[in-house]
Amino acid sequence: MFGVPTTVILGQLMLGLVNGAFYALLSLGLAVIFGLMGVVNFAHGAFYTLGAFAALLGLQWFGVNYWGALVLAPLAVGIFGVVSERLLLRHVYKLEPLYGLLLTFGLSLIVEGTLRELFGSSGRSYPVPDALKGAINMGFMILPLYRAWVILASLVICGGTWFVIERTRLGSTLRAATENAQLLQAFGVNVPLLFAATYGGGVALAALAGVLAAPVIVVSPLMGNSLVTVVFAVVVIGGMGSILGSVVSGLTLGVVEGFTKVIYPEASNIVVFVVMALVLILRPAGLFGKE
Amino acid sequence: MKGRKLITRLAAALGILAGGSAAFAAGGEIVIGDIDDLSGTYADAQGVGGIEAIKMAIGDFGGTVLGRKIVLLTADHQNKPDVGASKFREWSDQSGLNMLIGGSNTGVNIAMAKVAAAKKVPLFVIGAGGASLTNEDCTAYSIHYVYDTTALANGTASTIVKSGGKTWFYLTADYAFGSQLQNAASKVVEANGGKNLGAVRAPLASMDFSSFLLQAQGSGAAVLGLANAGADFSNSLKAANEFGITKTMKPAALLAFISDIHRLGLQTAQGLYLTTGWYWDLNDDTRAFAKRYFAKMQVEPTMDHAGAYSATMSYLAAVKTMGSADSDKVMAELKRMKINDMFAKGGYVRADGVMVHTMYVMQVKSPQESKYPWDYYKVVKQMAGEEAFGPVTGACALAPK
Repeated sequence: MFGVPTTVILGQLMLGLVNGAFYALLSLGLAVIFGLMGVVNFAHGAFYTLGAFAALLGLQWFGVNYWGALVLAPLAVGIFGVVSERLLLRHVYKLEPLYGLLLTFGLSLIVEGTLRELFGSSGRSYPVPDALKGAINMGFMILPLYRAWVILASLVICGGTWFVIERTRLGSTLRAATENAQLLQAFGVNVPLLFAATYGGGVALAALAGVLAAPVIVVSPLMGNSLVTVVFAVVVIGGMGSILGSVVSGLTLGVVEGFTKVIYPEASNIVVFVVMALVLILRPAGLFGKE
Repeated sequence: MKGRKLITRLAAALGILAGGSAAFAAGGEIVIGDIDDLSGTYADAQGVGGIEAIKMAIGDFGGTVLGRKIVLLTADHQNKPDVGASKFREWSDQSGLNMLIGGSNTGVNIAMAKVAAAKKVPLFVIGAGGASLTNEDCTAYSIHYVYDTTALANGTASTIVKSGGKTWFYLTADYAFGSQLQNAASKVVEANGGKNLGAVRAPLASMDFSSFLLQAQGSGAAVLGLANAGADFSNSLKAANEFGITKTMKPAALLAFISDIHRLGLQTAQGLYLTTGWYWDLNDDTRAFAKRYFAKMQVEPTMDHAGAYSATMSYLAAVKTMGSADSDKVMAELKRMKINDMFAKGGYVRADGVMVHTMYVMQVKSPQESKYPWDYYKVVKQMAGEEAFGPVTGACALAPK
């Protein structure tokens, strides 16, 4: 294929899946927030960064290890998300979606600016946990154990989120709230609480992706900045608000990007947007979106 | 009659205004500007620390020169050439700018050099590395002060080729700086009997470098030349370690700052060769500056921070000697004087604008070798300025071969 050996193809497929796993996790949170609340959460990248920083500072200040951080960092960031939803975001629900976008964009600038002020722009390294050090020889490539873990973890998390929203009573209540919040409130459901919890949950997913990414890349205030634009494209391709769409298109685009890195590396950070343009022309609602 | 009076009054008022601004430019303050990446990927190499270093220099000079107060303007170019160039033009037109310190990013500095030539304002390039700034993009008002891609290649690439790393593959940042660095290193590798097996050009600020790195490994080259900087450099080196690529290939940092090594940690960075124009722990003078800087910033200064301090001092000294802030007079003095301070010994500015001074090839210490905080480098080789920056190429019209 394109004169590239099969071993290289398989290697890029694996790496593409690893990156796709991050795209899937992040776009999942965005899809949940948009699908259920109608808010375009521009602060998603900042919450991802916050998750990584929470893990790093937890380790440096309190000795919380990686496994502890996997639970505590999303929890802490999720609480921060709930607070910002109650204090700020809830006031713009009645307004045009643009206001929510601007508010969350401002929030991301504040978070990233504060982190930069405190820690500088170059950031710090987070160690790979001992249990996940080493690598698996897959014959066609050496896959670091940690990267394999990222794929596994993200598939479990994405599957779990899909299950909660599509197959449980909590999920059906959430979906009902998006259809008709007033009616649901009339049935005695605390809708504002539901919205706050949804935002907190979506944001916690971003933070979880941040913790997963921390040992792989340098933890810096800018880490979410470059990623969030790509993730938005992923969500648009999958169909705004579609959970299955965000996961499938996240993984697929990771792989597409991986192959681009071999065939024409210079284009690897625009290929996602080319795909987005094509999808918007052919299927304006996205691959999995409802017309 | 009444109308005439009004017009005269208006004219007088305008005259006062015009006279006022002329006086501001000629006899008022000495205005120094700093346009740099203050918030992005290169912000720790110079950035806010660079501003602090310039302030330290202004303070050490006494805050005034020729009886005129020295003021500092700063701006963030956000790594966008148009932002940097338009800010430079604005300050030249409206704020009576006398000299500009140019921060990181070769692309932005190439754009700003054109403004320097048009507005006749001296530009000291500190953080940007592209050697084209003193070759095809040279101007009579540009000085490349700290390091350039030629010196980096002459230091790191030649040291590694001579120690046996004969075959090279490059991971290159896909913009002006990356390709200039790769070209410079390729030439040095070939000149020393090595071979270049290829390169992969990665977009700036890629999230994941593992894919590019596997391609590098597939080339079978002995040396992995990292022609990138900042977060891209750290992320690619980190991934190279993780994927076991550093076991089969020797990584070469074609540009690394001490801030990069600090964030990577010695465990990951140990053994790495790199070239620097300055190191905080070279001698008593450098340590004295570093101590003062550390007290303000809580990190050790990079070569860019020391360079920004030294460049400001050199400029002010030239203004004082000439008794004038006239750009042509000051540039003549800058190209005549010797620079002797904690940054450079016997440094001088060549006709093409290169500040020729000693460069150091360093190797990053292992965690065991490091005895105290920030004890990161051992000097492998001290290169005389002429060796580091090479002969005049002739590409700059100001300096024919």
